[in-house]
Amino acid sequence: MELVLSLGIGIMTGSGVWLILRPRTYQVIVGLSLLSYAVNLFIFGVGGLKVNAPAILADGSKTAALADPVPQALVLTAIVIGFATTALFLVVLLAARGLTGTDHVDGREQSQ
Amino acid sequence: MSFGQHLIIAPILVPLVTGALLLLIDERRRSQKAMIGLASTIILLVVAVALFRFADGIDGPETARQGVYLLGNWAAPFGIVLVVDRLSALMLVLTATLGLPALIFALARWHTAGSHFHSLFQFLLMGLNGAFLTGDLFNLFVFFEVLLAASYGLLLHGSGLLRVKAGLHYIAVNLAAALLFLIGVSLIYGVTGTLNMADLAERVASVEPQKRMLLEAGAGILGVAFLIKAGMWPLNFWLPPAYTAAAAPVAGIFAILTKVGIYVVLRLSLLVFGEGTSTSSGFGLQVLLVGGMATITFGAIGVLASQALGRLAGFSVLVSSGTLLMAIGLGSGAITTGALFYLASSTLTISAFFMLIELVERGQDAGASVLAVTMEVYGDADEDEPEQGGEGVALPGTMAVLGICFAACGILLAGLPPLSGFVAKFAMLSAMLEPTGSGSAAVVPAIMWLVVFLIILSGLSALIAMTRSGIRTFWASMEGTKPRVLVIEVAPVLLLLLATLLLTVQAGPAMRYMDATARALSAPHQYIDAVRNARQVGPASAEVQQ
Repeated sequence: MELVLSLGIGIMTGSGVWLILRPRTYQVIVGLSLLSYAVNLFIFGVGGLKVNAPAILADGSKTAALADPVPQALVLTAIVIGFATTALFLVVLLAARGLTGTDHVDGREQSQ
Repeated sequence: MSFGQHLIIAPILVPLVTGALLLLIDERRRSQKAMIGLASTIILLVVAVALFRFADGIDGPETARQGVYLLGNWAAPFGIVLVVDRLSALMLVLTATLGLPALIFALARWHTAGSHFHSLFQFLLMGLNGAFLTGDLFNLFVFFEVLLAASYGLLLHGSGLLRVKAGLHYIAVNLAAALLFLIGVSLIYGVTGTLNMADLAERVASVEPQKRMLLEAGAGILGVAFLIKAGMWPLNFWLPPAYTAAAAPVAGIFAILTKVGIYVVLRLSLLVFGEGTSTSSGFGLQVLLVGGMATITFGAIGVLASQALGRLAGFSVLVSSGTLLMAIGLGSGAITTGALFYLASSTLTISAFFMLIELVERGQDAGASVLAVTMEVYGDADEDEPEQGGEGVALPGTMAVLGICFAACGILLAGLPPLSGFVAKFAMLSAMLEPTGSGSAAVVPAIMWLVVFLIILSGLSALIAMTRSGIRTFWASMEGTKPRVLVIEVAPVLLLLLATLLLTVQAGPAMRYMDATARALSAPHQYIDAVRNARQVGPASAEVQQ
């Protein structure tokens, strides 16, 4: 499971970094989204990988059998904030496309 | 818990409630919105001053220098805490002092250039205040995002091609920085198991050697996120275009955004990696020193190379950041004292300068790129009502007043006497050259000479650039019309310059405060104890005792 998770994070981060370095705004936003998924999984992994472990303390449960609830709470917050900022970026991207007539990140095509 | 202690959360709640309330009011009832926004900003200033007095120990017992507020009444390492100490209080006052003039400036006409200006402005203030107050790393991330989200909206305020282009880069860079922030925070949590800054500072000492590398990697990645905000070279290429493109009052308040990065670096490096806490003590100071040098060099070259005034101001922000990063990197208490004074002085100056530029350039040829942005916004409005730039009283003797303000900004940026820029630089330089106190003959290391040289050189470059553009703007024969400037547009600039004047006249008490701040920062146990000993209140604490 550790291998699958780290491969997943690694592939998404790699693709994301490559995409945000591309010249098209759409590629940048997909890259940022991929990066934020990778980061969310990373935060999740920081709490240690456990299967079928509850995160909420109940009477009689042993703390060793519990999943760390803090990373889960952090991931939720990060997802919400990431979603909001990505939506905002999308609007700016559309405005830039409308104003400049191109989807290049610098607002103009490179001279040939 | 007395009412006074609840004051700590007021700098976050007041703008939050105001901003939300303003969303509900129709966009056409502009004066009503303006008055509510103004009232909230004035309240913020009053609260900030009250907290400042509290942190300085003027009101209340001598020992009460830190106020800790437990959110949701959870004890320290488990819940989120807000902490006000001298440094936080200083930043709060600075934010409110910048916020009020920027808002007054916007009331002249900028707030009509787009929708929801007042709400975004309040949310920006909320994010800033929250970032300065919080004592929890993840909460810091949340407030960072609040202030960034508001700053995206404000940067685009007034729309136009240049703003959208600069905004696109600004947002992309900051989104990437936010991801780095998250990676850093989660690595630190993974190693230490805590997000509370005070708790973290205690646990760092007992981190096992094999995990220490992971902790330092986390701190390093977190540092990169803050340094992007602070504008350290080579992470700062987005900054001058973004600040240049922003509307004048927005740029005025943006002057403090880079200082948020500086604040966090200062706070965390001294709290978590302060002297004698662990083997990681002094972690990253070298990077700050070298990075600061590169930033100040880059900024000084940029200042000299700038043709437009807006870019000159943008690069001045970088010079200011570079100076502060170098001063922090040297890691000495006396230098930090001077650096804090410089922080207050330079932030006020740059904010005044950004607003002044818009007024000065209004009378000039439309060729300048910055003016083109302004023209885009005003173009249509001016056709409808010629020679009627907003309502209000026009300023007599416009060019004389603007010229005096410009000269004052130049003196402040270059660090010449008699204004506070000089006091700040003098305090830093004397601490660098006489590390053991005045009159001693200690050997000054070569690196210190380099730092001194760079600070003086940056002052010289600011002087040359300001003189050059001042002559071109005010003394060269003016083609075109005299700018029509309103009193409420010059008043904010004068207010900010008056604040620097106050800082100069009251340099003694101000320096004493900065010195106490620097000493509290280098002895973080006070801060840690205050957070750890914060008591829960009400029925919750009674239950715990049972």
